[in-house]
Amino acid sequence: MKYAFYPGCVSRGGAPELYTSTLAVAEKLGLELEEIVGAACTGAGVLQEKGLKLGDTLNARTFAMAERMGHTTIVNICSTCQGVMAQANYRLLNTPGYLEEINEILKEEGLEYQGRVVIKHLAWVLVEEIGLDALRPLIVRPLTELHIAPFYGCYILRPSWALGIDENPGREQYLEQIIEACGGEPVNFPGRTKCCGFPILMINERNSLAMVGNHTLSAKDHGADAMVTPCPLCHLNLDGYQPKASSQKGTKINMPILHLPQLVGMAMGLSDRELGMHRHVVSTKDVMAKASVRA
Amino acid sequence: MQTKLSVRRQDPESQQPGSRMQEYTIEVPEHYTVLDALIKVREEVDPSLAIRCSCRAAICGSCAVRVNGRARLACNTKLTNVTPEDGVVVVEPAGNQPVVKDLVVDLGVFWSKIRAVAPYLQPEGPEPEEEYIAPNESMLLLTEVMGCIMCGACVSDCTALEVDSNFLGPAALAKAFRFTEDPRDGADADRLHNLNEYGGVWDCTRCMMCVEVCPKGVAPMDRIMALRERVMDAGMTNTVGYRHVAAFAESVEHAGWLDETMLAVKSWGMFNVPKLIAALPIGLRALKRGKLPMPAPFHKKRPGHENVARIFKRLEGKK
Repeated sequence: MKYAFYPGCVSRGGAPELYTSTLAVAEKLGLELEEIVGAACTGAGVLQEKGLKLGDTLNARTFAMAERMGHTTIVNICSTCQGVMAQANYRLLNTPGYLEEINEILKEEGLEYQGRVVIKHLAWVLVEEIGLDALRPLIVRPLTELHIAPFYGCYILRPSWALGIDENPGREQYLEQIIEACGGEPVNFPGRTKCCGFPILMINERNSLAMVGNHTLSAKDHGADAMVTPCPLCHLNLDGYQPKASSQKGTKINMPILHLPQLVGMAMGLSDRELGMHRHVVSTKDVMAKASVRA
Repeated sequence: MQTKLSVRRQDPESQQPGSRMQEYTIEVPEHYTVLDALIKVREEVDPSLAIRCSCRAAICGSCAVRVNGRARLACNTKLTNVTPEDGVVVVEPAGNQPVVKDLVVDLGVFWSKIRAVAPYLQPEGPEPEEEYIAPNESMLLLTEVMGCIMCGACVSDCTALEVDSNFLGPAALAKAFRFTEDPRDGADADRLHNLNEYGGVWDCTRCMMCVEVCPKGVAPMDRIMALRERVMDAGMTNTVGYRHVAAFAESVEHAGWLDETMLAVKSWGMFNVPKLIAALPIGLRALKRGKLPMPAPFHKKRPGHENVARIFKRLEGKK
């Protein structure tokens, strides 16, 4: 299976382990990910504050580039990129005259977006394209000892109409399904679809840390050994700022945070080095040790 | 059909504060809403159950509750649409507000936030001889916002309010937008100044929860983002929020993608020495783990970045 691949800024910046673990897992899955070279940042919702049309044009440019490469599906490994692209595509395809208006701008670069691109997060590709039945035989190290709390965050779920949740209601449960396919036990907890706090980290650190503390402690209270997220921004906050959140709460949290491909890769038997676990702030040693226990 | 409701019960004034879940199993017709079922419980099973409702037609906004963890109007939520596989529909009071009893919350907090944004027209200049005239097209923008029925569903599920009660919240900020965008209103400068403060537009997390749960399509977060654009356009630039957007745009315009390290430095302020010193331990920890991307001038530009710059120039009028 061959797809256009949009790694996003963070997987090549603040969370490089997401990039390398994705490539390692993709190889095992037989996924050919062809990077859209020269694609711009999606805007992450921030550029959209400056101008919605600016963000939509940059994303339409990326879609047009994928079409020119001969692809109809773009694979994301960042929920924020996924959400922002999906919202842009929704507006482009549902606002009369908008696509033509934006194509007028893209014309200067010799690009035209035909409106045929489907945007999918890796989690969706795993469930909808590859299928969990095809994933299961690749699981050589079932995570039978592990209780994993899925942290969806915001952009992969909302707004539901742009993310196709109505047509695919299962998308609200894919992380649980993937955890189960990997042999682990999904843990339900109240924070699973809330904000991680990253977007306000610089603006209001106190509130942002309170969110990190609430979600990680709540997952812990519900018996989780680790949390898994489809979003590197959630990872940056939940992992990187957990020590500070811990100080704010006045209690040790120690909740390892996994990127989605790290979870799958772990169950596929990839080493902690290959998965970039050494880059985490909160140690994943205990999780890897439990993952090594044979069922 | 048979339906099972699990309702969070609490009476803060009773001898036993704290809450408990109580399950009711009743027979209902298929067309029943959550509110129909709650009323049936109250009338036929348990008269002590406290609920608030009035119009039963999604107009009055009285019956916002949480159904299976998400804020909804009980009166326009069909049971068949929210019954999960285990057959139990969980009904709880709206969040982020104190509970009076069972499913009834105290709306005092909600209204105090609405009042804080001066939710009335403040025209400037001499009064016209007849009525104030507003062009149709300018009011079209406001039709969705004016559709707010003050049910508080957005306030219930707001993730920022959950950690900070000082935040004005989605309903009040959408209401503020309704007046800043009204051509008859003359108090924009004051309004925007207040909205630019702590607890205002910059404290929204952009989680879209309010957009998702609003039963009337008000899309409060979209209004908050429009207000951010307004405060920036009004020249209110001395906020981390403004610097964050400006540094983000500058990075994408020049390199095609994000210079994360420089974004953080510029958002806090290049000369904000105390903040930069405070951030050092986190920066060093990231550096040690190979997670601190090299900032400009070492930050590599994406191929074709000049085309991105051209789009910026065309749409934002930059040179």
